[in-house]
Parts: sequence; structure tokens; C-alpha cells
Amino acid sequence: MFDFYFELPLLLRLVLQGTAVILVLFPLAAACSMAERKVSAWIQGRPGPNRTVPPFLAWIPGISILQKLGIFQLAADGGKFTFKEDVVPGHVNAFYFILAPIASMIPALTTVAFIPFGAYFTELADGTMKLVPIALTNLDVGLLAVFALGSLGVYSLILAGWASNSKYPFLGGVRASAQLISYELSMTLSVLPVFLWVNAPGGPGTLSLFDVVQSQSQPGFFGGMWYIFLMPLSAFIFLIALFAETNRQPFDMPESEADLVGGFHTEYGAFKWSLFFVAEYAHMIVGSGIFCLLFLGGWNPLPWVTLADVVNFGAGFLPLIASPLVMGVIGITLFLLKVGFFIFFFMWVRWTLPRFRYDQVMTLGWKKLLPLSIANLVLYAILIAVKDLYFPNL
Amino acid sequence: MSDLLFHLFAVFTVACALGVVFNKNAVASALCLLLSLVGVAGLFVLLDAFLLAVLLVLVYAGAVVALFLFIIMLLDMQGGDRKRFTKATLVSSTVAGGLLITGLVSFATRGLNHTTILAEVPVVGNSLRAYAEQLFTVYLLPVQIVGFLLLIAMLGVIVLSKKFEGLEDIK
Repeated sequence: MFDFYFELPLLLRLVLQGTAVILVLFPLAAACSMAERKVSAWIQGRPGPNRTVPPFLAWIPGISILQKLGIFQLAADGGKFTFKEDVVPGHVNAFYFILAPIASMIPALTTVAFIPFGAYFTELADGTMKLVPIALTNLDVGLLAVFALGSLGVYSLILAGWASNSKYPFLGGVRASAQLISYELSMTLSVLPVFLWVNAPGGPGTLSLFDVVQSQSQPGFFGGMWYIFLMPLSAFIFLIALFAETNRQPFDMPESEADLVGGFHTEYGAFKWSLFFVAEYAHMIVGSGIFCLLFLGGWNPLPWVTLADVVNFGAGFLPLIASPLVMGVIGITLFLLKVGFFIFFFMWVRWTLPRFRYDQVMTLGWKKLLPLSIANLVLYAILIAVKDLYFPNL
Repeated sequence: MSDLLFHLFAVFTVACALGVVFNKNAVASALCLLLSLVGVAGLFVLLDAFLLAVLLVLVYAGAVVALFLFIIMLLDMQGGDRKRFTKATLVSSTVAGGLLITGLVSFATRGLNHTTILAEVPVVGNSLRAYAEQLFTVYLLPVQIVGFLLLIAMLGVIVLSKKFEGLEDIK
């Protein structure tokens, strides 16, 4: 059925795959802005955007449901951002001012290349079934690559703050650089216990995100356990650092409307402004995806119940379920549901907790989170060594 | 394809490195350094050294250059008044430059003379596991020494940058 696709040159296929992923991620990130407005409205007990509908569609019966959901408001916002006059203020450094929002998109849209979304069975030449990840690349150093590219996201904020040539954006840019560097350390240290556990002696030795999910899909009590139960502290530190790295409240120091007007994007408007926010939501989606892969079993539906179990069970009734296409769709859907919950969680926290002061952010990062993550790493290193030495078959 | 990419990355890296030196604006210099580091990471990828490429981007491009920018923006450097070159700086910079060029030339020519030795270097693979095994077995002592040096440098920075005025500063 899809033979014509595999006859295309490899380079063209890779470009098509990358474009397909971006074509999903970009609108998803834009749709998050509407979700944010609806969630905030729901938390604050008001209806939120529920009036917009194009007049030429208003006669369709049942369209008021979409209208109440604010779907058309999203399109209206998008149209407004695209067609609004794109002002470059006279006092800015125009080159870097325009470069900053473009630079914000690069890490936001490239990190997704290392995220596996799902998996399917394929039959090898010798007849055995092998689980294959659905991802653009499955690198040995997968997670490090995500961290490396993600760490480049700070430059767009610094550049925007600096090129705006005005005080509040400048303060926002300086805060962004300090905050993002501070929390990167805790973030990296907090995931190390996961990889200590995954890379048991004699294993392949890998940082691949697919292998992390695979090691949460093994039989047995510890094999099928999601790492959020095994390492709750790691997951907690990672989640806090993720909030700080994506500049979400209560950590949105670079933006900080109450004391910095709009922070780094004070001087921005129209399409350039919206690019910053699409990038922020794309970071949130990728970050939630990594959290789900590391601590929530990726595309596995429940702890101790893997996707392969479900598909094999379902194939007993309906053989179609075991086909790669259906299995892939089931896996991606489960994964996106988990990611969707975390996007909601981000918004939930934003509209529930007040913003930290800047000194509190620094104290939390350097004096609390960093020692905690180092202690967590040492503790798990000792526990895992003891387990490997004395209970190798556990 | 790989040759073309090598030339692209090499030219890109050197051009950006020149940009670091010749830019008047400190922020633009730092950004050129960032691009140059990305170019070097690209060269590492062409050598199949994915881990080195990723670590270079993670540590240098992601954190060190961001710190540079932080410092530049915090101090608001606008060039300032630089001291004129004195005789001592001229002599010492000539000597240093000469040594650097001699070193580079000898490195390049020795590399040409002894290319067979390269083939004798044991191939340990480019996987993460291979790196880790080498670092924790063969190169354990150098790794420890480098780590210790970094610790000393860090302590030195703390001592130098903190102004100890009274006893209550030393806690």
C-alpha cells in the first residue's frame, strides 16, 4: 500500500518526515494558546472565548459547540498575528531584534526530532517480531541531544532582551540567562538515576529515550514499573526544573508582567511576538513528552501493562490491531494523551500558584534543588549498586 | 556529500571564529563564538563522534556562551578605553604567536609523516559505552586530575572574586 513511499530517495523521505512532524507540532503549539485561555477561564469561573464564529458558517446546525469551545477564536488570533502590521521600533538593534524570534523557533522545532512518539512490531527476516520506535531519529545519545538543543533556547530570550535596547526587556533577558543556566544543572542531574537504572551491567549502555521506555516495559514487578514510582524525587526535581526551563509560572522571571511590563518581549508585537509563544508552547510539549518517556512509561497504557500486551490481547479479537499502522496510531494516541495531561498540568499550576520573586527563584535553584538532586543521585547510585551486587535477579 | 559538508562546516567555523576577533560589538562576538562552536560540533558529527558534538553544544554553546553574554550584558561593555600596546606586550605576543605557529606546523607535518600510526590507534567505537569504559579504565587518572584542576580553578575564582573585608565575610 505504501510501496511508492519507500521508493522515494532517502533524503526526500527524511525531509517529508520532518515536515510532517513540524506540521503537527506547530499547530499543536498554537492550539495550546487557546487551551490556555480556556483553562484559565475555567479555573477562574468564567466562560472564556466563546463568541467568535465566521458569519458564513453560522447557519450550520451544531456549530455553536465549536463556537463555545473557541476554535474559531484560535483562527481569528492566528489571522490577526499574521496580518497585523509588523512594527520594528526605531530604537532597537533591528538585525538582532528580528533574529531573536527566529532563533527561538530553532531549538523548539528541532528537539522534537529525538522524541519517539510510539512503537510498532515489525517482522524480521528470521520471523521474530521486533519493536521499532516511531521517531525521526533514535540516537544513542538521544536525551543529551535534546538537552543540548534545548539549552540553545536561552539565546532567543537574551537576544530579544538585549536588542530591544530598553530597560525592562533588558532585565528580562538577564534574568532569562541566569535562570535557565541555574536550572539546567538540576534537570540534568535529576535524570541520571534513571539512566543508572536502565544501564544495568551487561546492558548496551545508552541514553536513548526509546530504550528507557523499553526498560519500563519488561515483565516482572520492577520491569513493568514506571519510574515515577521508583524514583519519585527524580521526577519531582525534573518537573520543577522543566517549569523553570520553559519559563512557565511560577518561574516566568524573563516575562514577569507585574514588575517588567512584558519582560523580554515588551517591544515585540504581531507575528514576532506570537513566534515567542509558539516556541514556549513547543518547548512545553517536548518537555512533557520527555517527562512521559522517562517517568510515565511513554506509550504504555498503564504501569505493568505494556502497549505490546494490549495489542496482543486485542489482536485475539481483531487481527487488524496488530498491524503496524493501527498499533502505531494507538501508541501515538496514548503518548499524546499523557502529553496533553501535562500541558493541562502546566496551565493548572500557572493559574493556581503566584509567581516567585527573583531571589526566591535563585535560592530555590542553587540552594535547594541542586543539593537535593546531587543527594538523590548519590542515594540512587548506592541503592542501585547494592541491588546489582546482592540482588542481581530482583 | 560528506566532503562538501566538511568544507561547508570548516569554512563556516573559521569565518565565525574570525568574526569573534574582528567584531567591535562584544555581544556580536559572543554570538559568532556560538556559531563557530556549532560549526565545530558539525565537524564532530561528520567524524561520527556524536557524543563529543552533543557535549560541545550542551556545555560550551548552551552554557558557557550564555554565561559570556550574561557577563557582557551585566557589565555593559562598550569597548572602553584600551591601553596602548607597550613594548613588553609586543615582544611577548610575537613570541607567543611564533610558538603557536611552530606548534601548528610541527603538528601538521608530523601528522603527514606518521599517518600509519593513526591506523594503529585502537578503535573503540563511538558508542557511549565505549567512551565511558575508556574514561573509567584507561584514562581514569587524567580524568581525575582534570577534575581536580577544575576544582582548584573554581576555588581560585571564588577567592579572587569575593572581597574579604571583615571576618563575617568568611563563613
